[in-house]
Amino acid sequence: MNKRFHSVTLEASRCKGCTNCLTRCPMEAIRVRGGRAYIMDERCVDCGECIRTCSYHAKVAMTDDLGIIENFEHRIALPAPSLYGQFYHAKSIAVILEALKYIGFTDVFEVAKGADIATRLLQEELKNPDRPRPLISSACPAITRMIQIKFPTLIPNIVKVKQPMEIAATMARAEYSKKHSVSKDKIGVFFITPCAAKVTAVRNPIGQEKSEVDGVISMLDIYAGVFPILNKVSADENVKIATPYGVGWANSGGESRAANINKTMAVDGIENVAHVLEEIENGRLRDLDYFEGAACSGGCVGGPLTYENKYVARNKVMQLISDLPLERPEDAVPCRVLNSFDFMLDTPIPENYSMQLDEEVSTAMEKMERINEILESLPGYDCGSCGSPTCRSFAEDIVRGYFNITDCIFILRDRLKVMAQQMVDMSNTKRE
Amino acid sequence: MIAESFSVEKGDYLRAGEASTKMKNMLKKLGIGGSVLRRISVAAYEVEMNLVIHSLGGTLSIDLDGDYIWLVSEDIGPGIPDIESAMREGYSTADEIAQGMGFGAGMGIPNMKRNADVFEIESEPNKGTKIKMGFLMGGGKSE
Ligand SMILES: Nc1ncnc2c1ncn2[C@@H]1O[C@H](COP(=O)(O)OP(=O)(O)OP(=O)(O)O)[C@@H](O)[C@H]1O
Ligand code: SF4
Ligand SMILES: [Mg+2]
Repeated sequence: MNKRFHSVTLEASRCKGCTNCLTRCPMEAIRVRGGRAYIMDERCVDCGECIRTCSYHAKVAMTDDLGIIENFEHRIALPAPSLYGQFYHAKSIAVILEALKYIGFTDVFEVAKGADIATRLLQEELKNPDRPRPLISSACPAITRMIQIKFPTLIPNIVKVKQPMEIAATMARAEYSKKHSVSKDKIGVFFITPCAAKVTAVRNPIGQEKSEVDGVISMLDIYAGVFPILNKVSADENVKIATPYGVGWANSGGESRAANINKTMAVDGIENVAHVLEEIENGRLRDLDYFEGAACSGGCVGGPLTYENKYVARNKVMQLISDLPLERPEDAVPCRVLNSFDFMLDTPIPENYSMQLDEEVSTAMEKMERINEILESLPGYDCGSCGSPTCRSFAEDIVRGYFNITDCIFILRDRLKVMAQQMVDMSNTKRE
Repeated sequence: MIAESFSVEKGDYLRAGEASTKMKNMLKKLGIGGSVLRRISVAAYEVEMNLVIHSLGGTLSIDLDGDYIWLVSEDIGPGIPDIESAMREGYSTADEIAQGMGFGAGMGIPNMKRNADVFEIESEPNKGTKIKMGFLMGGGKSE
């Protein structure tokens, strides 16, 4: 496990050093210097906002190549439910699952089934009166990481249930191993991801030591293989699919609908989520039982590695859901499953102090004073030309030793004016 | 020592909460987290909202002296005629607008008192109210 691993990375050769990603990164984690961008590892939450905004496709998500599945004799695909929304013409979920077997997987296990189990466990956790309110969903790893950095006081509110992807991985391996009598280490399980955040969550898990997932493949890479064969495969339409509620986790608000929670709020888009977390931190939404935040607009159907327009995808998911038999997770998930596996997070989620100016409060205070002094002299345009997203972050960067005051073009211009004037004055004195 | 103050205007619901957010961000930059930050967040927001809802305007300031983080709210009126009642849970004179926005449960001041390690309130009718709250930097109350 590499603590610094990030799926979101910069393809330096394509980067023009513009300010598109710089000013739109919700974590202020990008700097531009010497004509190219840099991502600050300790602040990036892999939300993928920069992948969307970069016009030059210089921001990319590192995922595993489909070829990685060859490393295992038995390969199980774990499609995120958002995958179903990608195929507008797909007749049923069963067809999509079947098609996955034609591109190299030996078996398929729906992450939506993991979501059904997560739903049950969430319901149990909500029954515990000692847990703080509102409980905050742990499903979107970009949001969890943002909480670690920007809202550390809300860490205790994070739900202790593992992500559906992890639950599905454990279940898939266990069931396959039993059914086919093969040892678990011969089975590879591969998550088909809508986003970079999930890739990072596998390589560098939050709240658990090690991920159960052996590889993470981009939905975009799967799309190309599955799309052309969808009409050709025929599937057994009686195959058992997850409940409509489990599949519904693909859309924003799906968790609350699945767990049937009354006092709940679902927010999508990382900036919007940040605003509401701010309110929660202020103690304003105390009567809320559950808060579900998705970094992507629309929820996972709007993930940066999806192909289909998020509104089209959301609709498609809803349509596929309406074709499913109406079954509640409470009825679909046997108690045996809940009793025989442990799907709760078991390592603490630490605060991330990357916003902190210094380890020593007194030194941090001195630095803050200097930052405020510098800030006074800056124009306050937040233009990004210096390479820092705002004037305030620029002042901080100067104190951190990353920039010089003259990297601000307005300060530079003023200094040049003064210098030019001094030269004029000097030549005037000589002539006298 | 670092100090910053923010002016808060009467009835400015649009910007309400901004001062507490800025103070919170400042404390996070200083590496203050955990339960102290949680308690300050709640108290700062309550006291700021009271300035917006009940006062004629005032300032909110934050001050760190090495041991304590001090949060001071000072306004220009109308003052609280009966402090003892105002301190009671459930006592509120919030108007309809404030109630419509979910305020007026009469929990603000009790919440501040519960969260702060030091709590002082002075008020004089027609002059104004001053609330001073101290939070021990190295821990303090555990909620
Ligand atoms: N700055 C102030 N100036 C004048 N009166 C105030 C001020 N702060 C509080 N009060 C008075 O004290 C009462 C109690 O305040 P408190 O914050 O406890 O409750 P609230 O603001 O009415 O409701 P809540 O805070 O639960 O939304 C208020 O209703 C108001 O009458
Ligand atoms: S909302 Fe879903 S797709 Fe987007 S970052 Fe979070 S987990 Fe990934
Ligand atoms: Mg109040």
